[in-house]
Amino acid sequence: MEDQDIIIHIIDRDGVSHDVVAPTDMNMNLMEVIRSYELAPEGTVGICGGMAMCASCQCYIESDHQLPEMNDDERAMLAEAFHVLDTSRLGCQLAIRPALNGLKVAMAPED
Amino acid sequence: MIKTDILIIGAGPTGLFTVFEAGLLKLKCHLIDALPQPGGQCSEIYPKKPIYDIPAFPEILAGDLVNNLMKQIESFQPGFTLGERAQTIQTLDDGTFIVTTNKGTQHHAPIVAIAGGLGSFEPRKPPISNITAFEDVGVEYIIRDPELYRDKDVLIAGGGDSALDWSIFLTDIASSVTLVHRRNEFRGALDSVEKVQELKNQGKINLITPAEVVGIVGEDYVTGVMLKQADAISERPCDHFIPLFGLAPKLGPIGDWGLEIEKNAIKVDNTLDYQTNIPGIYAIGDVNTYPGKLKLILCGFHEATLMCQSAYKRIFPDKRYVLKYTTVGGVEGFDGTKKEAPKAVVKAIN
Repeated sequence: MEDQDIIIHIIDRDGVSHDVVAPTDMNMNLMEVIRSYELAPEGTVGICGGMAMCASCQCYIESDHQLPEMNDDERAMLAEAFHVLDTSRLGCQLAIRPALNGLKVAMAPED
Repeated sequence: MIKTDILIIGAGPTGLFTVFEAGLLKLKCHLIDALPQPGGQCSEIYPKKPIYDIPAFPEILAGDLVNNLMKQIESFQPGFTLGERAQTIQTLDDGTFIVTTNKGTQHHAPIVAIAGGLGSFEPRKPPISNITAFEDVGVEYIIRDPELYRDKDVLIAGGGDSALDWSIFLTDIASSVTLVHRRNEFRGALDSVEKVQELKNQGKINLITPAEVVGIVGEDYVTGVMLKQADAISERPCDHFIPLFGLAPKLGPIGDWGLEIEKNAIKVDNTLDYQTNIPGIYAIGDVNTYPGKLKLILCGFHEATLMCQSAYKRIFPDKRYVLKYTTVGGVEGFDGTKKEAPKAVVKAIN
């Protein structure tokens, strides 16, 4: 683990918890971190590639981190997604940055 | 029965470019796609998004990329079976294939190229516990025949273009149209949103927002839905419930064709020609996997090119062939057209 790395706690769709190291200097988002650790089968997360257009990367935020405001695209997509809770966010819209160290999320079920 | 040289499953960028590379080798192509228009994800999901990593295009909209590909392959006269999903494959004694769609259209070819992206696009079904019991008896995810809704009470759910457009369209056919969405804002085209507002003001569309359909009511067919608004749940009568939440790709029936599957993708031989474990069936573009695979349009183009060379050798094992540059050979279409570089004028110097 290097200085620019943070730890994120991710609960996969089977309920298994993973503590993963994510770099803050690679322009990655949470969906890409999930894919890079293969925490969900290919083709079931990040289907649209990260354009907030499919909701396959929906996560529930389980820690009280201050997250960036949702943009219109994310808000609109979540309004058409399924299994949405008040804590729902799209992983592809959450950039990995130092303030997210210790973030805890659970992946929403597949559609 | 439709006959062709290369049957391409999937009319996304990779499938379309295959037509061009095959055409240079004088091989004819036919494409099958579950969507009603060519372009795959580029047309269906992000036609207005710019792509920045297509070689020699610093920036191009996904929709324009598809339009350009269609123009590039036009003279090779590809056939299309659109709005149908490739369902089954049968290998004949001579090693050729018959692919049949979900609507029964049959295609016969010596080569099958699966360029299916992440799979065929299927409607996203809302997680309402009893919804499957009412499919086709009042619940439809796709509107095939608007006449089905004549003089009926229709309830549409969704917040995108299809929910808005169909709500508008059905006001002239159905006896009532109700549009339900989880928020007050819609993300469809602005003029569609304004039209719905106008129809709402005229009392022709019942707009219920923010609200959500959480249950379906009926015995043998739909008689209503359970609507959740704020924290209250109430019943609202209707004859049809049409959830329009967009489409999501599923690998679908191709997964049962006996092809080697890994990570939801088809394993291919990337050291040679992107052929699958079944000789004569290739997989190119996002649908395949091999060590180092990248799901990029530009990689799909490369894979399509190599695959066509291999297909040619498979169809004509005894014919000699060397790659010919288009700058040298031009492009000779099947429609009688020929594009080629103008011949240099040689002038003597006296």
